[in-house]
Amino acid sequence: MDKLALDIVTPHGTVYSGPVEQVDASGADGDFGVLAGHAPLMAILRIGALIIKADGKPSYYFVGSGYAEVLAGKMIVLAESAEKAEDIDVERAMEKKKRLELLLAKKENVDFTRAQAALERAIARIRIAKEYAGK
Amino acid sequence: MATLRDIKRRIKAVKNTSQITKAMKMVAAAKLRKAQGRMLELRPYSDKIYEVLGNLGMAASADAHPLLMKRPRKAVQLLVLTSDRGLCGAFNSNVLKAAVHFTRELNDEGVQVSISAVGRKARDYYKRRDIPLANSLTGISGKADFKHAKQIAMDIISGYSGSMFDEVYIVYNEFKSVIAQQVKIVKLLPFEHEQKEKEKEAAEAPESHVSYIFEPSVEGLYLTLIPKAVEIRIFRALLESQTSEEASRMTAMGNASQNAGEMIQRLTLVANKVRQATITRELMDIVGGVEAIKK
Repeated sequence: MDKLALDIVTPHGTVYSGPVEQVDASGADGDFGVLAGHAPLMAILRIGALIIKADGKPSYYFVGSGYAEVLAGKMIVLAESAEKAEDIDVERAMEKKKRLELLLAKKENVDFTRAQAALERAIARIRIAKEYAGK
Repeated sequence: MATLRDIKRRIKAVKNTSQITKAMKMVAAAKLRKAQGRMLELRPYSDKIYEVLGNLGMAASADAHPLLMKRPRKAVQLLVLTSDRGLCGAFNSNVLKAAVHFTRELNDEGVQVSISAVGRKARDYYKRRDIPLANSLTGISGKADFKHAKQIAMDIISGYSGSMFDEVYIVYNEFKSVIAQQVKIVKLLPFEHEQKEKEKEAAEAPESHVSYIFEPSVEGLYLTLIPKAVEIRIFRALLESQTSEEASRMTAMGNASQNAGEMIQRLTLVANKVRQATITRELMDIVGGVEAIKK
């Protein structure tokens, strides 16, 4: 089976780099899967999970909003943050969620869109970590 | 003439200072390595985002985004990046000098300039001169994070969109090498593609023109990616500035340690001379006394 060269890049370094069989990403307009030989694609990713299948084994990643490009057997994911499901600090995400919920409940002096995005990220982190733990 | 004790005391003081500068140099070297590493980590991301924007630029029209549109410049915002702490050679004064020079040039053209300061040194500099600051961010020296860049970008973009200023420039020290840092003034907004040359080449080669599937749309992609590119540009400047700061401090402290070493040598020489002179004088006294008793 043909392989797809995948790179997940964040401002803090490269998170993943290597050949994979399949990538399932959460696009802004809905989830999509990419196999080797996919047509050229540029897509916005929303906050959510990214599932990589390499050597028949799936691994799960959290991706904070980003962008994906597929071109000539290569796929590049640019994300502001990306973590492997096992590496997610659930406690920290929980704390953040609590804090942001309080902040948003107060409804004053808050940059609403930003806080909401941060909250969404925290929730997604928790969800992904729980859903894929031990898989 | 200074007594032996005075000189010894001074040697001790200089030695203490040189110990501090040596330690600072070491710390700066360690921090420099770390900062350099972070700069390298960012590089693939920033390269990629510019490349993508280049590809998009060919597919989308030039005025697809408000941040791309040029307006006649009447007001300009200048983002000045300095450090929080001193003792790093000409690092801060170089940036501030360039900023002041640039401001004066713009003022001569009748353009209004507002200043946004990053780092305590820039803030204090403008405060001392009673120049009001549009914005200031301190306490991030040495630990600049992507979220700081985001925050700065957001302030700038909202100001720009609100027509508070028509152009934004950033002044910072670019890291060339450990011994060379260069002050750079870069235009942030309206957004311009960095790799114009490359794009032209790509546009001329027809086979490189691929028809992409865009999701959700070219405009949608542009809309999200341009603010990101601005953030990245700011983040890169922050990291460059930080790396330069540590490099600059390392050089400055290295020089200081060397100077202290030379000073100690010189003072030791003087101290030895004084000691010898004292011994000679005492000997002569004794010999003179002995001669007197003999007679």
